[in-house]
Amino acid sequence: MSADIGPPANEVFRLPRRLFDARCKACWFVFGLICLTIASFVTLDLQFAKFFSADSMQRMGKFLAELLAPTTEASFVKKLLIAAFETLSMSALGTIMAAALGLLLALPASKTHDGDRARWRGITRLLLNALRSIPELVWAALLLIAAGLGPFAGTLALALHTTGVLGRLFAEAIENAPQTASFALRTRGVKEGRVFLFATLPQVLPQLMSYTLYRWENNIRAAAVLGVVGAGGLGQMLSFHMGLFQMPETSSILIAMMLLVAIVDLASYGSRRLMQR
Amino acid sequence: MKIALNGVSARHPAAKPDAPDAIRDLSVEIANGEQVAIIGASGSGKTTLLHVLACALKPTRGSLQLNGADPWSQSTSDLQRTRGKLFLAPQVPPLPPRQRVVTAVLAGRLPNQSLIASLRSLFYPSGIGLAEAALARFDLAEKLFERVDRLSGGERQRVGLARSLVSDASLFLVDEPLSALDPTRSTQAISSLTNGAKERGATLVCTLHQVDTALASFPRIIGLREGLLAFDLPATRVTDELLRSLYANKLDELTGAAPAHEDLAQTPLPAVMHCR
Amino acid sequence: MSDAVAFAALPDRRDPAWRIRVFWFVAAIVIAWPMFVATEFKPWVLVEGSALKSTLKFAGDFFPPKIEGSFLSMVARETWRTVAIATAGIALALLIAIPLTLISVRVLSISGLTGRMNAMPAAIRYAVRALLIVLRSVPELIWALVFVRVVGLGPTAGVLAIALTYGGMLGKVYAEILESGEPHATTSLLRNGSGRLQAFFYGLLPQNAAEITSYTVYRWECAIRSSAVLGFVGAGGLGQQMDTSMKMFNGSEVATMLLVFMALVWLADYASAWLRRSLA
Repeated sequence: MSADIGPPANEVFRLPRRLFDARCKACWFVFGLICLTIASFVTLDLQFAKFFSADSMQRMGKFLAELLAPTTEASFVKKLLIAAFETLSMSALGTIMAAALGLLLALPASKTHDGDRARWRGITRLLLNALRSIPELVWAALLLIAAGLGPFAGTLALALHTTGVLGRLFAEAIENAPQTASFALRTRGVKEGRVFLFATLPQVLPQLMSYTLYRWENNIRAAAVLGVVGAGGLGQMLSFHMGLFQMPETSSILIAMMLLVAIVDLASYGSRRLMQR
Repeated sequence: MKIALNGVSARHPAAKPDAPDAIRDLSVEIANGEQVAIIGASGSGKTTLLHVLACALKPTRGSLQLNGADPWSQSTSDLQRTRGKLFLAPQVPPLPPRQRVVTAVLAGRLPNQSLIASLRSLFYPSGIGLAEAALARFDLAEKLFERVDRLSGGERQRVGLARSLVSDASLFLVDEPLSALDPTRSTQAISSLTNGAKERGATLVCTLHQVDTALASFPRIIGLREGLLAFDLPATRVTDELLRSLYANKLDELTGAAPAHEDLAQTPLPAVMHCR
Repeated sequence: MSDAVAFAALPDRRDPAWRIRVFWFVAAIVIAWPMFVATEFKPWVLVEGSALKSTLKFAGDFFPPKIEGSFLSMVARETWRTVAIATAGIALALLIAIPLTLISVRVLSISGLTGRMNAMPAAIRYAVRALLIVLRSVPELIWALVFVRVVGLGPTAGVLAIALTYGGMLGKVYAEILESGEPHATTSLLRNGSGRLQAFFYGLLPQNAAEITSYTVYRWECAIRSSAVLGFVGAGGLGQQMDTSMKMFNGSEVATMLLVFMALVWLADYASAWLRRSLA
């Protein structure tokens, strides 16, 4: 029936789609993003002029030049080593405590089988999310009031934030574990706690360990800077010496931080390889 | 243990609502100490029947009586105690890959162990000799301290069976114990199982795909077809004709090997992103 | 044992793993002990008289959170600044990351088409990668400390800190994403004589656009968290106000800001998850 009409004169159907038709999701997405970005720059009164001024460029240059000459004075290096060990201890203990606490909270936060009513699941997950959404540094600042200045507050801060992260990951690992082994024990009337210890835990343990090691890599980075608010370790030294513009010391501290991070990454990578055997 | 099924129907909880029940209107009585093989094509309801007997699945109709009492009308703690007297060995051996064989076997004793004893057993296995004796029956004594994931599929299946011997169950419910075993091992495994049950006077109910093994080792055979009882006869009276009608349009299963059941694959790690 | 097992147990063998377990147990204690000492691990200080009293007073002030009009409008303004610092930081990070990625991606190398890259371009690529590593291995908080000293307190330091660290992260991950895909489309464009940028826009980018966008959105979510934290060293936004209120032990203000911050993080979480889902 349309044969006698012929092709439309202006070939509407060949035109590209209008850029801003209502269905163009990507266009609106980009448009929104550009608006957000422009609004951000406009409202922030950024002082790039000041930053790129000759004066501050000179100061930056001096900073950087001094950073290239780290101090290796023996007494300072000794202090540095102590602080580095403190940072390492904060990250390791914080992670271990978080793993234990996270596992404890992951149990009520997971629904292990069909008949499990999981009454505490919602409330525990809410708690884990709350712990997780507050960054380590904010926890540290809060805990300084209760635990006083020093590495103990930092350790607790790491432990609390990491508990939230690990607890949720653990709960998901437990919920996704294969059911055959736990089913066999459960049908024999074994109580839930022992079903977990003898069937579920041995299955998910490698996964939990590898999550924990990943988090340790994260936590050593966090522990290095936590001291900035007064929670001990390398960060506290850093903010002290940087506050006094002692750049050679600052430089040594930064190098120590990077070495420490690299060592922990290596250790964590090594233990994960070891566990895969 | 004495079993009485009276007009029992059951379905898997995850089954589609319009699917028929997996077993329908089943009435069977099994005496104390009896040894029974259940045969039938795949999908005939053998596993569902075992799960009903193991009190893992509540019948939708009819009644189940174990030693003259209905387990589902008992209090929860009594039901759990009854369950401790049952031993269900699923077809896929229920062993965590990273557990050691000794721990996996001794887990069969958990229902009648105190919490303290079972916790201590995680640090130093208590009852090593018992586990070794059970494993020796299946020719696996030297694997005592191996890790489960270092074993072959057949060895794992036999470890799963050895677990039944350390339990003090009085009813063994064994699902396809031979699916991963070669013929020689099959004969040995089935005789260890039947002897083990006989020694302690336990009842043994076993689903089997290997009809000739079932006829040779079990005095009584129950045939299931599409969830219904096809026959319930002494092994000597099961004829080729009966078998052919039992496997009506799945004759290849009558002669061929049991369909392979691969282990559940390890679930992949959920992707985690970290802000650093 | 009271089990009624019908067959005789063999004599118990020794568990060969026992010694190893004991060794690791002892080793763990020996390693952990100095760590507990180093972190001044004294949980009892939490419940000691004076500390406990001030903690309880501070925590008691949390309820009710402060909801006075002028304070709330200040919190709203600072929350927006936190988001704005993150957004501006990511925008600048893109300015750093995109050119560096384009330089460092091996697939776009013309001399690499025939096998080995020439010495000069290869050296430039390694230098760019090293720069990216340096940028991202210094935590943003330390960049912020430096910039606060240079440009003074305020959001500029925060934006720059995020720009540098996230520029390094984005550059590295973009290069990984671009190099992980099938290079065929791009190399054939280059072989037919198109320029590097043309090959990027017509071959490499369409192939990987979704993954790159999704990663960028995810990083933006991370940037919001860290821009709040950067406030604690004086880089503006919600963190700076929180720091001030904490120093003045003003529990009710802290409570409000914590709630707002948690809501912000959850919102960013949902927004980013939704965006990434709709991109997939």
